[in-house]
Amino acid sequence: MIDLVIIPLFKIAVVLNGVLVSVTFMVLLERKVIAWAQSRLGPMRVGPWGVLQAIVDPIKLILKEDITPTKADKWMFTLAPILSLVPALVVFSVVPFGGDALFYITDINVGLLFIISVTSIGVYGIILAGWASNSKYPLLASLRAAAQLISYEIAVTMTLVSVILTAGTLSMVGIVEAQQETGFWFGFVQPVAFVLVFIGGLAETNRIPFDLPEAEQELTGGFHTEYSGMRFALFFLAEYANMIVIAAVVTALFWGGWLRPFPSVDALFPSVGALSFLNLAFLDLIPSWVWFFGKMFVFLYLFIWIRATLPRYRYDQLMRIGWKVLIPIALANIVVTAVVKVWLL
Amino acid sequence: MPDAYIPVMLFVLVAIGFAIFTLIISGLVQSSRYNKVKLEPYECGIEPDTDARGRYSVRYYLIAMLFVIFDVETVFMFPWAVIMDELALFGLIEMLVFLFILVLGYVYAWRKGALDWV
Repeated sequence: MIDLVIIPLFKIAVVLNGVLVSVTFMVLLERKVIAWAQSRLGPMRVGPWGVLQAIVDPIKLILKEDITPTKADKWMFTLAPILSLVPALVVFSVVPFGGDALFYITDINVGLLFIISVTSIGVYGIILAGWASNSKYPLLASLRAAAQLISYEIAVTMTLVSVILTAGTLSMVGIVEAQQETGFWFGFVQPVAFVLVFIGGLAETNRIPFDLPEAEQELTGGFHTEYSGMRFALFFLAEYANMIVIAAVVTALFWGGWLRPFPSVDALFPSVGALSFLNLAFLDLIPSWVWFFGKMFVFLYLFIWIRATLPRYRYDQLMRIGWKVLIPIALANIVVTAVVKVWLL
Repeated sequence: MPDAYIPVMLFVLVAIGFAIFTLIISGLVQSSRYNKVKLEPYECGIEPDTDARGRYSVRYYLIAMLFVIFDVETVFMFPWAVIMDELALFGLIEMLVFLFILVLGYVYAWRKGALDWV
């Protein structure tokens, strides 16, 4: 009972809090970084350098009036944000934040498949939001979003097959441990897969350059045009939680998860004892979860950096990249990985 | 192993609970003032005279169908990828045959223009 319910509940509370707090500060960081990229100051009024903006924003959203348009489907309209937030949060139950069993909520043997399937439930929330709003912009945006999400999901899922081939397991913990055993982070073994998953991740989270579903100039606010107050906040949370998920998955699959850099110089050069200082054993002093969050932060920063740098694609370009570029590369990557793997056996 | 899924179920309950809880809290503290125009569907200030749920491009259906085909085929590769160590050459050849058929369908869809958006 204690092992099965109480301890997981405690961990869930910690993870949920962590996600919510990091989302609010992500928003602040994003505003600040984009402001600096454009030679502005960004939020400066609330607290020192605008730090407290992260706290007052959610309070404002809670206090704001939550409008249900007269033409909207009342229950569906409320269900949509919940349906989009819940999967985005639940995915964190299999993300390994650290090497010890203390640092992940659970380790199921189909972890990666779980992540793929649960994140794709989020598309129901989006399409339901567009449909329930009964307004033109949200409907168009949700159709776009659905088409975009499912197109890029194929590419990402296919790419992940080659990662599973390399790791030989679907468990998230198992994949990181496989990187420890091989001595190489899979980002070096599967650089193509990393790039594909990262591009797919940008598209799956509707980020620039793939933010067509909420292209302000054409669709006002995207699928959540009609939303306000807390229901809008739930969509917002889901979007940023999804970004954190992508960063965590990329970290765990390709950049060694909680592992420190240079894990096995000894194993690479067994005969050269003199090189063992390259092992950098002192890095072991830094706890595993710090490595994980550090790497995750790098990717979250990359998301923001890309947003500050790139323009948006056209919709036909977006579809062409998804179907005609990413999928062939992903298929070729699977074949090459499988052939190399059999050759090495 | 089923025990490993109990935390997942708990997380689902907690997440749903969190979403509903925040909606209720926010419903209790927010102010609400009726205004007919405010509650209209947003159309840049113009009163909408048609229903939003009209006809939309057939391409979305096409994308959805292609998705079903390709995604299911991808899921078939997952178990194969996990036990590739045991299958070795046999598994490789089997999967190459499977992928060949998949690519045939893909090339067909490409040639027919199903993957072009415009």
